[in-house]
Amino acid sequence: MKWFVLSQAGRTLFPWLLLLSLVVLYRGHNLPGGGFIGGLLGSAAFILLGLGDGMAAARRRLRLDPVTVLGIGIGVTVLSGLPGLFGEKKSYFVDQWLPDFTLPLLGEMHIGTPLIFDVGVYIVVVGFVLHTVFSLDYLAQTDSRDVLEPAEHKGKEAD
Amino acid sequence: MPELLILCPAIIFIAGLFAPQLKRMVGERVGYLLSLAPFTALALLLSQSACVASGEGLFYSFEWFSALGASIDLRLDGLSFMMASLVTGIGGFIVIYTQGYMHGHPQLGRFYLYLLAFMASMVGLVLADNLILLFIFWELTSITSYLLIGFNHESKEARWKALQALLVTGLGAMAMLAGFILLAQVTGSWKISEVNQLGELVRGSPLYPAIMVLVLIGAFTKSAQLPFHFWLPNAMAGPTPVSAFLHSATMVKAGIFLMALLTPVLGGTALWGTTLSIFGAATLLLAMFLGLFQKDIKAVLAYTTLGVLGVLTMLLGIGSKYAIKAMVVFLIGHALYKATLFMVVGSIDHETGTRDVTLLRGLRKVMPITATAGALAAFSMSGLPPFFGFIGKELIYKAGVQLDGLAIGFLVAAFVGNLVMMGLALKAGVGPFIGKSNVDALPKKPHEAPFSMWIGPIILASAGLMLGIVPFWVTEFMVAPAVASIRGTEMISLKLQLWDLVKPNLPLLLSGMTVLSGFFVFLYRARFWVVADAVLLRVRPFGAEAMYERIFHGIVRFSKWQTAKLQTGLLHDYVFFIVGSTTLLVGWVLLRSMDGFPAMQAVEFDFWVAGLVVLMAVAAVCAAISKRYFIILGALGMIGFGIALLFAYYGAPDLAITQLMVEALTVVLFMFVISGLPPIRGFSLPWTKGRDAILAGSFGLIVALLAWLAVDLHFAPSIASTLAEMSYPEAKGKNVVNVILVDFRALDTFGETTVVAAAALGIAALMSSRRIVKSKSGRKMP
Repeated sequence: MKWFVLSQAGRTLFPWLLLLSLVVLYRGHNLPGGGFIGGLLGSAAFILLGLGDGMAAARRRLRLDPVTVLGIGIGVTVLSGLPGLFGEKKSYFVDQWLPDFTLPLLGEMHIGTPLIFDVGVYIVVVGFVLHTVFSLDYLAQTDSRDVLEPAEHKGKEAD
Repeated sequence: MPELLILCPAIIFIAGLFAPQLKRMVGERVGYLLSLAPFTALALLLSQSACVASGEGLFYSFEWFSALGASIDLRLDGLSFMMASLVTGIGGFIVIYTQGYMHGHPQLGRFYLYLLAFMASMVGLVLADNLILLFIFWELTSITSYLLIGFNHESKEARWKALQALLVTGLGAMAMLAGFILLAQVTGSWKISEVNQLGELVRGSPLYPAIMVLVLIGAFTKSAQLPFHFWLPNAMAGPTPVSAFLHSATMVKAGIFLMALLTPVLGGTALWGTTLSIFGAATLLLAMFLGLFQKDIKAVLAYTTLGVLGVLTMLLGIGSKYAIKAMVVFLIGHALYKATLFMVVGSIDHETGTRDVTLLRGLRKVMPITATAGALAAFSMSGLPPFFGFIGKELIYKAGVQLDGLAIGFLVAAFVGNLVMMGLALKAGVGPFIGKSNVDALPKKPHEAPFSMWIGPIILASAGLMLGIVPFWVTEFMVAPAVASIRGTEMISLKLQLWDLVKPNLPLLLSGMTVLSGFFVFLYRARFWVVADAVLLRVRPFGAEAMYERIFHGIVRFSKWQTAKLQTGLLHDYVFFIVGSTTLLVGWVLLRSMDGFPAMQAVEFDFWVAGLVVLMAVAAVCAAISKRYFIILGALGMIGFGIALLFAYYGAPDLAITQLMVEALTVVLFMFVISGLPPIRGFSLPWTKGRDAILAGSFGLIVALLAWLAVDLHFAPSIASTLAEMSYPEAKGKNVVNVILVDFRALDTFGETTVVAAAALGIAALMSSRRIVKSKSGRKMP
């Protein structure tokens, strides 16, 4: 543990940051926020964890491979477009809504395919950012001199 | 029941989809089972023959992308009824034939998938009543035929020839699409049946020549007219059932079909008539010339197909009542005998192991049924009475003798073409079976082909004979409606009687002369083989194929050269090219369109904004001159946060938050990279540094200029206010930015997420190329 403070801060803040990112995601429809910003915040939570405990720990916390996460995100965005094909209200891509209802704490709820779409965007952003960060971390861990040498030569050695 | 129009291609396509699975379950005999699909479609079509013959036709419409003009409109009229019946009828026999021909082939199931998918596309193509839908099916036939021609994909030659067919027909289709778009703009409709009513309007339009040429390029490439003819003989690289299907009733007839389909709207002008007749006649003569020298019987048939396509195009160009009648009869006759002949040739190849005419003779004793089918088809193709081919040839001559002036040249072309074609027909269909047997010289010991391989040829060949004797079987419900739809007229009563045609007159005299001279071509066929190689070698460098190869390799060479120049692999060069071209292009447009600088607007001095700007400018200079990564990184971060603050200050919180997050993440990402980078050293020469400084300076100036001009621009009424008004009532969101991103323009955002995914895959590819490199600590990429 090189940086105790960073490590502790990462662990303590992680769930709160994730929660915050979800709040930002949800409130995006009426106030500044949304899937993209939320996704960036969500990945920031993982990165903070990784800066303290190492990216391997952050990766374990994610459980899934970031590319899988990315794929799930794309899948969600595609799915959100499907109800538009069959919905009563003909729409081009999203724009299908459940009847409004009110919940305690959250107030009036608007649930519809745009929200699902935004969730998809959120997941895509998290997957992409974490995939990039984990990959760069791996590259930084490997010695640059090793990397610059021809791969075939190295491969033979490994055999 | 109009739904059956969509059912026809659907049945065949679904059968194809399950073909590999069925093959695994049923085994080799799956061909009989699968042939039920095209035969069912044929039965469905034939059940509507009364409706077609009455001239009513059948229409089916399903709204699809109606805003774009593309909906699933299908139509069954005389022309499409004839084509669809030929495609499904012959297709069924081809499916059965394949079972014998591809016996024991491990990828039989896959072959059936391709074949049936092609057949379904072809049926869709002839039934389509919408220009876009027609184009889609047209492209589908190109793609599936690519898979079929290149089916022996281990062979480099097969792959090359399949690609050739795809490129030629695909490029032609692009021209055709452009023609379709112009046509729809002139007529205001994408529906072919509606467009066909507006012939006067289109022919009077100044765009008419462009539409005609573009559509004809599509038709000529597909139907292998000069100068695009070379792909057709090369398509022989596919297995023989493919050739039998593609070259008899389907692929190559698609171009003819298109020309016939659009004759009511595009035809009837001198330009149309002359173009089609001349190209058709030239294709016919060239094909006959090259066909004479072929020693491979399959190639002989390929060149006669080319010749027939020339005849059909020529007849469409002449366009008189007799010519169209001749064209329809000739097309049906050709489909019947050419499919037969290809299958016969395939059987010979299959049983003897060779297709060389100089080796093949005397097979009638060992392959009697195949020989009968071959002879019947060859006689029909030769135009001997009482075969159906005879009626077709008589009608051609009848149309021909009505021509006058220079146009009489087309009659001469038809005469020469017919006599050579007869010689070639006998060469391919009769030659291998007569003469003294030389079974011992053949690569395989031949015996009669299996049932699945002779049933189709014998039925189709007999049909050619029966239709010749009793032509009224097809005239009333197939030929007459087809002629009526091509000519765009009312249904006409059409009497085709073999015996009416046998009257002493000029056409009959021409026919007699054709038969006599055609027989001589056959007798002296060996004369041409002797010089074949020498002649073909001599003409090849001047041919269209040599041109195609030069263009093809030229493009490949050019792209290699420009890739080597632009994709150097040096980041420095990439940045230079991108910034340089942006500066030049944007600068050029700005300087050209700018009339004077906009007036300076008096802005109230704002201490905070000014301070922020100065801070950012200082940071920018620091980043440019510093040689330490952390300083550069800090300076860049400062610029980014400055921009975020500016966004926030001017009331764009969404942008500000996004900018802030992106900036923070960028700094974090850089941190990882920096630790692995070697220290900054000056590698650049002084003059490159100077060049880059000038470029950077001018880029900055251009961007500043752009920003300055943007303030003064007056756009058309902005949609921003409308979006803001609609945001809550329509999309239940008060944050307009977000509503635009996830609702109004969600499809754009979706496109962006896929771009992000593609970038991530790019990173994954980079990583995997280094995965084999072990790190110092021996750690491997997880």
